[in-house]
Amino acid sequence: MVALSQKLLVTSMEKPSRRSPQLSFDQVFRLASLSSALIVLIVLAGIIGSMIYGGLPAFREFGFGFITSSVWDVQRDQYGAWVAIVGTLTSALIALVIGVPISLGIAIFLTQLCPPWLKRPVSTTIELLAAVPSIIYGMWGLFVFAPLFAQFVQIPVSSIVEGLPVFGTILYARTPSGVGVLTAGIILAIMIIPFIASISRDILDQIPPVLRESAYGIGCTTWEVVRHVLLPQVGVSVIGAIMLGLGRALGETMAVTFVIGNANRLSPSLFDPGSTIASRIANEFNEAIGLQLNALMALGCILFLVTFTVLVIARVLVARVKMR
Amino acid sequence: MSSIAVSASSAIGKTAAANPDALVRIAVRNLDFYYGDFRSLKDISIDFFDRQVTALIGPSGCGKSTLLRTFNRIYSLYPEQRAEGEILLDGQNVLSPAIDVNELRARVGMVFQKPTPFPMSIYDNIAFGIRLYEKLPKSELDGRIEEALRKAALWGEVKDKLRQSGMGLSGGQQQRLCIARTIAQQPEVILLDEPTSALDPISTGKIEELIEQLRSEFTIVIVTHNMQQAARISQFTAFMYLGELVEFGPTNKMFMNPTKKQTQDYITGRFG
Amino acid sequence: MDAINQTTAAPQAAWGRVRRSRYVADMALKVICILFTALGAFVLGWILLMLIYEGVSALRPEVFTGTTPGPMTKGGGIANALVGSLILTFLGIVVATPIGVLAGTYLAEYGKGSKLAELIRFVNDILLAAPSILIGLFVYTLMVQPMGGYSGWAGGVALAIIAVPVIVRTTEDMLRIVPGSLREAGAALGAPLSKVITMITWRAARAGMVTGILLATARIAGETAPLLFTALNNNFWFRADLMGGVANLPVMIYQFALSPYQNWRELAWAGALVITLSILALSIVARLIFKKDTSR
Repeated sequence: MVALSQKLLVTSMEKPSRRSPQLSFDQVFRLASLSSALIVLIVLAGIIGSMIYGGLPAFREFGFGFITSSVWDVQRDQYGAWVAIVGTLTSALIALVIGVPISLGIAIFLTQLCPPWLKRPVSTTIELLAAVPSIIYGMWGLFVFAPLFAQFVQIPVSSIVEGLPVFGTILYARTPSGVGVLTAGIILAIMIIPFIASISRDILDQIPPVLRESAYGIGCTTWEVVRHVLLPQVGVSVIGAIMLGLGRALGETMAVTFVIGNANRLSPSLFDPGSTIASRIANEFNEAIGLQLNALMALGCILFLVTFTVLVIARVLVARVKMR
Repeated sequence: MSSIAVSASSAIGKTAAANPDALVRIAVRNLDFYYGDFRSLKDISIDFFDRQVTALIGPSGCGKSTLLRTFNRIYSLYPEQRAEGEILLDGQNVLSPAIDVNELRARVGMVFQKPTPFPMSIYDNIAFGIRLYEKLPKSELDGRIEEALRKAALWGEVKDKLRQSGMGLSGGQQQRLCIARTIAQQPEVILLDEPTSALDPISTGKIEELIEQLRSEFTIVIVTHNMQQAARISQFTAFMYLGELVEFGPTNKMFMNPTKKQTQDYITGRFG
Repeated sequence: MDAINQTTAAPQAAWGRVRRSRYVADMALKVICILFTALGAFVLGWILLMLIYEGVSALRPEVFTGTTPGPMTKGGGIANALVGSLILTFLGIVVATPIGVLAGTYLAEYGKGSKLAELIRFVNDILLAAPSILIGLFVYTLMVQPMGGYSGWAGGVALAIIAVPVIVRTTEDMLRIVPGSLREAGAALGAPLSKVITMITWRAARAGMVTGILLATARIAGETAPLLFTALNNNFWFRADLMGGVANLPVMIYQFALSPYQNWRELAWAGALVITLSILALSIVARLIFKKDTSR
């Protein structure tokens, strides 16, 4: 190695010492960013706190029976969540049963079948479906869909299944008005389709093209590529996307309030009116006082717990694929 | 000797030979560098001379870019990276916590492999660095910007569109804009990290000419994977391999008559 | 050699081996996917047609100038609800934008690999999909109860809480696309991190961030549930201090559409048409801004 030169250049600074004037701004900015980020945590804590604070008197009054009781009687000041819980779960489940296949079909169309020039307009259309406010879905459901549904589905189906075991109960409409739990489920399905479809599309788009090409390369048809290569590859995260849709369906308020009929009784028929947690809160909260208010808050607490669980699972499942 | 070495050595002499009396600008002493637990520089000691171009060469992953990135402590953007040892800039250890990194970076400028014009006008691209440390009246700022663009041999091409976005320039022009941006701050040292590897041959030629001119004012350290380039533009060359400094010396000696066998193998193209 | 001879000797055997059922399944998949996609487009078209059919006939000039009338009266409009909605949305987005942008910046620029950032990102994703009615309940407890009544401020805060997670998410995503070399180049000039962020990375991600803010605006402009218990609604012009109920389109539409009065229902349709077209237009503009920038 060449000898290191000993002629070190030791100079005082040739230029006047430079100042760094933004140092304090730097700290302020960092602090502002951090505080803003912490607000996100505080909001979630606030939501949890306010639900518990508001709902506690109702939980204390009714205990565990609050969840299992199907009595909701404002006159006697007796409240139970069961009807609303069942309505929430049933309508959300119907939404998934209808919405998931359609969403996946759209995602597969967009990623595998769609000619490139059509991809953008179709994607935008589906995304605009998500931008339509939920009251508009409610109005469409109540004024356009429900009458047609009553006339072309509820009445004929009811007359066919009348007297049959099981079906005669769950698909019989005593008053075929078009509104009810099934209608709510259908409207919810339409509302969650754009979410599940666009997330699934993004997930499918992330699959390396090599994988698809090699499957096509051994002579697979599109169906076989989707069924045996793509879906197994993305399975877990698509379930995450579905859970995300489920979270939406559970908490959707306005559209459901329009079309579910807001009944306080539990009915075995999907054609009959019911109510969900969110629709009941929307309907009664502004007139509620005293224990009723607490009971509604307690309903909110349950809704939070359910959606929170679903969303956490969704988030974990969707995140898992991004890691890979 | 292989043709590479021949053409590389034939390139020597186009530029000034090493100045034996040059003073030391940067003195690196026993430098170690870690990416997490991985030690990627091993006990490096080397001097960089004032107003000379020093080229760092070696196969990919040898640590030449890592070494360059210690001089302005740009690595400290990444928490898992750290350097140990001493890097004396004019006798002051820049690795010392007492040093203000931002001030250090204003004194030690850097140009990157890919052109990095900021998403703003050509004028603002250059004004950005000046404004950080100096409050100048408009006329003086204009003067400094023109001077920087002239030195970077870009003035003629952009003088009528200073208000247009810097992203609209060609790759070679963008790289000269980045050089102009660096010299506008009047640094003492300029670090160039493979500045021509993303450019076409004509743009590369222009940048090389530019480096030759800038040598009269600045101490320049350039990382390059192109040995002809090292031979063409540098006065000193350091050959690195696997995180160690294998050989360092005047460029003509390194290419004509290297001491170490590894160096010879590399410059004759037997590996790397 | 033998193998080649064999295949050339019996070429027919190589073709036509595919079972018909495979093609049937494939065709079925394609048809179903196309039908489902068409169904989605069809529903959007149907909703728009309904709004235009019902809404246009209800749109009289007075709709944009008059305040909401009493039941079964002639005339009146939705001007107070329209302006109220604009104010609430504006309030929400003005509060949410700095918080959302800064929080997104923290996640993308400061929080690399930190446990806190990971937690915040997680919580933000939860909030992004949390039922908006719960946010209404939260703000009711937080502001309406202590302040002794409904107010436009409470409505604005509720909308802001819905907009923040959207802005945080898009800001972080957009900042992450900005190449690290640009940050290094900024830092190499001796710029402190805050300068690098505000002058360089924000600028580079500008279009995407604006898109995020516009999409958040579109999202909160149509939100009804969080306003029910915060800003409520009102048939008059709102008070200058925004205390008391503040008329707004979504709650007005909700109340009027479900009312038995013909004149209210007509105004609900008019309002529904106006709000949907505005929101869809905003969503499209947001996408165009982003597309224009990324296509460069």
